[in-house]
Amino acid sequence: MAIVAATPSVQAETLPKRANAFVQFVKVQPLGVVAFFIILLYVVFALGARWIAPFDPEAIDFAAMLSRPNAEHWFGTDQYGRDVFSRIVYGARTALAVGILSAVSGCTLGALVGAASGYFGGRIDNFIQRIVDIMLSFPIIVLAMVVVAVLGKGNIGGVDTNLIAAIALPIVPKMARVARASTLSIVAMPFIDAARAAGFSHKRIILRHILPNIIAPYLIMVTAFMAQAILLEASLSFLGLGVTEPTPAWGLMLSGTSADFYQTAPWMIVFPGLAITLAVFAFNLFGDSLRDWLDPKLKG
Amino acid sequence: MLWYVIRRLLLVIPTLLGVAIAVFFLIRVMPGDVVVVKLRADGAAVSEETIQAERKRLGLDKPLYQQFIDYMGGLPRLDLGKSLWTGEPVIKEIALRMPVSLQIAIMAGVIAVLIAIPLGTISALYRDTWIDHTVRVIAVSGLAIPSFWLGMLIILALLTLFNWLPKIGYVPIWQDPLTNLAVTIWPAASVGYRYAAVATRMMRSSLLEVMREDYIRTARAKGVWTRLIMRRHALRNAMLPVVTVIGLEFAFLIGGLVVTEQVFNINGIGKLFVDATARGDFNLIQGLVLLIATIFVLVNLVVDLLYGWLDPRIRLR
Repeated sequence: MAIVAATPSVQAETLPKRANAFVQFVKVQPLGVVAFFIILLYVVFALGARWIAPFDPEAIDFAAMLSRPNAEHWFGTDQYGRDVFSRIVYGARTALAVGILSAVSGCTLGALVGAASGYFGGRIDNFIQRIVDIMLSFPIIVLAMVVVAVLGKGNIGGVDTNLIAAIALPIVPKMARVARASTLSIVAMPFIDAARAAGFSHKRIILRHILPNIIAPYLIMVTAFMAQAILLEASLSFLGLGVTEPTPAWGLMLSGTSADFYQTAPWMIVFPGLAITLAVFAFNLFGDSLRDWLDPKLKG
Repeated sequence: MLWYVIRRLLLVIPTLLGVAIAVFFLIRVMPGDVVVVKLRADGAAVSEETIQAERKRLGLDKPLYQQFIDYMGGLPRLDLGKSLWTGEPVIKEIALRMPVSLQIAIMAGVIAVLIAIPLGTISALYRDTWIDHTVRVIAVSGLAIPSFWLGMLIILALLTLFNWLPKIGYVPIWQDPLTNLAVTIWPAASVGYRYAAVATRMMRSSLLEVMREDYIRTARAKGVWTRLIMRRHALRNAMLPVVTVIGLEFAFLIGGLVVTEQVFNINGIGKLFVDATARGDFNLIQGLVLLIATIFVLVNLVVDLLYGWLDPRIRLR
């Protein structure tokens, strides 16, 4: 049935040499470098939020309610007098944390499933691929909302693990497709035959011989899915199904009563949306550049 | 062609069956307990007996296979159970909200195709000029801007420029087309932008690829007008991948609609889904997920049929 168009094959020689890798990347992918610096800015925001944000993102100050952007409040304040810029800086922490955790867990699970599917082949492969087909016929946000509805809210160490699961689940089938395609080209290679002949277990062959060889598509997909995860988290939070108040999150800043302030405080709508758009844009662009650079065959 | 249509139609049945089974297990096999989530939502103290009684009322105390038989038995009769919140049949709740969402989705699709095909073609024809660059920037932004935020920006613009907002109520198009369009055009534009962006990119790259083919060079060499080459040889071949992308992206369109309906306060399928999720109304969720996946499968069936119509070689495979 449906076979993914991209059939990546990753060989050692396609990976650029490490020494001048960075210089080469800058030369070939100038847009990727721009995207990289935008991402870096967000990472700095996320890690250094405490020192960068001029105000406490949760501090309510009714005296400064709905102020226009000014020298003190760069992006203005919201209906509780909370500083919009500070909330965006802290929001980067939420977006990146949820994004990384869900993209990495979704891609890792997807890579394992895809590698197993490609390695075992036959009936197992067929069965897994049918499930993948079916999962791909649900829009990602629909799948995520079902998980949110069934699992409710979970909390381990201040992180809503169920939200992570909800965002990671739609990534699994997509990654499984790509990982399977890569695995198929690796399984055909002599060193896998050698490993089989040496009597290694299936587990060892998949974990030690196949997975390290699909690391390039894995990295590319993680970056690309970061964009999707950030967008999904923002959408869920906007709907009131993701991150909850008072935690600063970009999608949450756009939700609920902020719509009552279209005319009186448009900055409450413009800046958080820009933060989401720029982040998604940067991760998409960086993912594309990384793909073109690491594995031109994935282009499509 | 007839055989091709019949074969494609028959292939849809196992897929839909698979979707129905997947929906059933997706909701029941996950480690959460819907009843507990629903009743103890805000940390409310609910006794174990109440939870058991609620389970019994919903038929969740029956063994899994019995639940499955009931569920599958209801499907052919379009019996999807009753909403846990309103007590109305799920199918009725859905039918009530379907027209507005369907209309917006179709309008978004039409807007996207009307924009994407000419824009992608122009971009490919004027490759690497400022026209091409502008089109590509517009298209790339379409992939990054969340549709709900675009909707908010549209509202903001309407308010600032015209001090006007579309009315909230929905009037069927055959009753009052103008009022209807004044309400639906904005959400259609917000979700259509992403759709148009994806299709434009595909149109551009696919046309560039086709233009490199030998038969185009042959046509040029024998002196055929560029316009005729485009119409007869290039566009028709370049449309194939675009049609595929339009089908695949339809899922994204519905996803975007789920969020965007909230922005425009449209009482459609998306809003119903969000409310159902927030209330843990899992019968309704089950019905809606089934509906959305079915639409996706059917749209892709139409795409396959279009494909066969555009490219006769495919019918014979």
